[in-house]
Amino acid sequence: MSVLVLADHDGQHLKPGVTNAIAAALKIGGDVHVLVAGSGCAAAASAAAAVAGVTKVLVADAAHYAGGLPENLAPLMVGIAGNYSHLLASSSAMGKNVLPRVAALLDVAQISDIVAVESADTFVRPIYAGNAFATVKSADAIKVITVRSTGFDAAPSTGGNAAIEPLAAGADAGVSSVLGQELTKSDRPELAAAKRIVSGGRGMGDGDKYRAILEPLADKLGAALGASRAAVDAGFVPNDYQVGQTGKIVAPELYIAVGISGAIQHLAGMKDSKVIVAINKDPEAPIFQVADYGLVGDLFTIVPELTSAL
Amino acid sequence: MKILVAVKRVVDYNVKVRVKADQTGVDIANVKMSMNPFDEIAVEEAIKLKEAGVVTEIVAVSIGVTQCQETLRTALAMGADRAILVETAVDVQPLGVAKLLKALCDKEAPQLVILGKQAIDDDSNQTGQMLAALLNWSQATFASKITIAGGEATVVREIDGGLETISVKLPAIVTADLRLNTPRYATLPNIMKAKKKPMDTFTPEALGVDVAPRLTTLKVVEPPKRKGGVMVADVAALVDKLKNEAKVI
Repeated sequence: MSVLVLADHDGQHLKPGVTNAIAAALKIGGDVHVLVAGSGCAAAASAAAAVAGVTKVLVADAAHYAGGLPENLAPLMVGIAGNYSHLLASSSAMGKNVLPRVAALLDVAQISDIVAVESADTFVRPIYAGNAFATVKSADAIKVITVRSTGFDAAPSTGGNAAIEPLAAGADAGVSSVLGQELTKSDRPELAAAKRIVSGGRGMGDGDKYRAILEPLADKLGAALGASRAAVDAGFVPNDYQVGQTGKIVAPELYIAVGISGAIQHLAGMKDSKVIVAINKDPEAPIFQVADYGLVGDLFTIVPELTSAL
Repeated sequence: MKILVAVKRVVDYNVKVRVKADQTGVDIANVKMSMNPFDEIAVEEAIKLKEAGVVTEIVAVSIGVTQCQETLRTALAMGADRAILVETAVDVQPLGVAKLLKALCDKEAPQLVILGKQAIDDDSNQTGQMLAALLNWSQATFASKITIAGGEATVVREIDGGLETISVKLPAIVTADLRLNTPRYATLPNIMKAKKKPMDTFTPEALGVDVAPRLTTLKVVEPPKRKGGVMVADVAALVDKLKNEAKVI
C-alpha cells in the first residue's frame, strides 16, 4: 500500500490541513509520499520532507503550477497515480477543487471529508451537515479521499527526513489562469487551526461594531475571528471568516459565539469545539442547545465586560 | 449560447434530519424535499445571464426518481426554457451523475454548465469537478461572481484565505457558491407557464451510462451527543466557569 498526499502550500509553508491529511495517510498505512507542485516551491518541499512519517516528497516545479489550477494539477497527479493505492488531500479549497477531477480522470469514486479511517477501504464521513456520519466502503482499486482536518491530529512537522525527488512537469493545459487574489491579512491565528475562536453573527449589527466589540476580546484571548453566514452575507466581514457547513469546519478548544442564533448550517461548522460559549439576547436561540455555557443578554454590554474581566 | 444547469432534489435545508434506529440511513420518509439551495443559485445565475443577453437557452437537468419533475418545474418556473429528467431508482453517486451529465452535454452541446458546489444531503462537493474532467473542460468552482465575454468566463472564487479571480476558456463548468446571487421566487404566472414548457425523460440505460454505485454505505449513525450545558447569570460566573471548570483560559 502506498499513499500520495497532494500538498496545499504557498511556496514557503504547508497550508493548515496538510499535516492532518498526512496523519490520515499514516493511519491508512504503507509508504506516505507528498506531492508538492508549484513555482519556486523548494521551501514548501523541505517543509513536507520534515513531517514525521513521510518517506518521499515529489516536487513538480514549473510556472504553470503556480496558481494551483486543477486543469494542470489533476493530470500531473493522474500520471503517477498508478504507483499508489490511495490519493489524499486536505479538504482545503485547493483539495476540494483538484481531487474530484483526479478521481474522474481515473474513473473512481471520491470519498470527501473523511473524519476517520476504519481500514484501507472503509472510512467515516459526515453527511447532512454533520447530523449523521456514514461509514462507507470503496470498491475501487485506487481510493481518492479528501480529509477533514478536525478528524485527525496533525502529524508532527519535524522529525521527518524524507527524500526529495523532482517530478517532471506536465504540459500547461492553457485553458485557465489566475488573475489575482484578495486575501485577508491578519496577525491573528488562522481560523482553521486556531485553538480559540471568537465568532460573530447577525447580532453584531454591522462591520464596525463587529470589529469594535470582538477584536479586543480576540486580542485578549489570542483568538482567531470567525463569523456566521449572515454576518458575511451582510458584509460585516470577508468570506474567509465564515464558519459552517460550507465554510470553515473548526474544532477549537474554545468557541465563543456572539450574536449567532445557531442555524443547523452554522452548527455543522463548530459543534465539535471542545467548549462552546454562547452570548445572545434571545433565550430561545438554538445555539444554546449546543453551548456548554450560555449567557442571555445584550452582547454590547456583556462582551466588553468579558474582555475587561480576562 | 446554450447553458445546462443541474438541479438535485434533496431534503429541505430547514429539516433537522433523524438517523434511523437500524443505522441504515437517514429517515427521509414524509420529509419536505426541495431543490438543493446551491442549485437554486445556479439556476438564478443562468437566468441572469439570459436576461443579460449572454445566454439564449437554459436547459435544466435532474437525475433521480419521478418526483424530480417537481424540482425541474421549479427551475422552469424560475425561468429555465426546457427540462430533462434522467429517471432512475438508483441513488446515483457523483461519478455516475457526472457521466450522465456528460452524455447529455454530448447531445446538447452547451457552452457552459452551472451546478451547485455541493448537495446539502451528501455534502460531497465533487460533481462539477468530475464533469469537467470527463468533458476535458476548464472548471471554476465556488463562484461568487461570473462574467462572460469573448469566449471566456472571469470568475471570482471563494477560497480559504479570501477571494481569487480566475479566467477560464469556454466551454467551462462553474459551481455556484452561496453569495453568487439571491435566487428569485417563481411568480404564480410563471409557475403556470412552466407547466407548458418541454420536459424530456431518459434513463441511464438509454444514455449508455453505468450508474452502479462504487461506494457502499455500511452504516449511518448520529454524531456523539454533547454533554448538556448550563446557563450562567453574568460575566463573572462565565469567567469563573471557563477558568476553573472548563479550564480553557
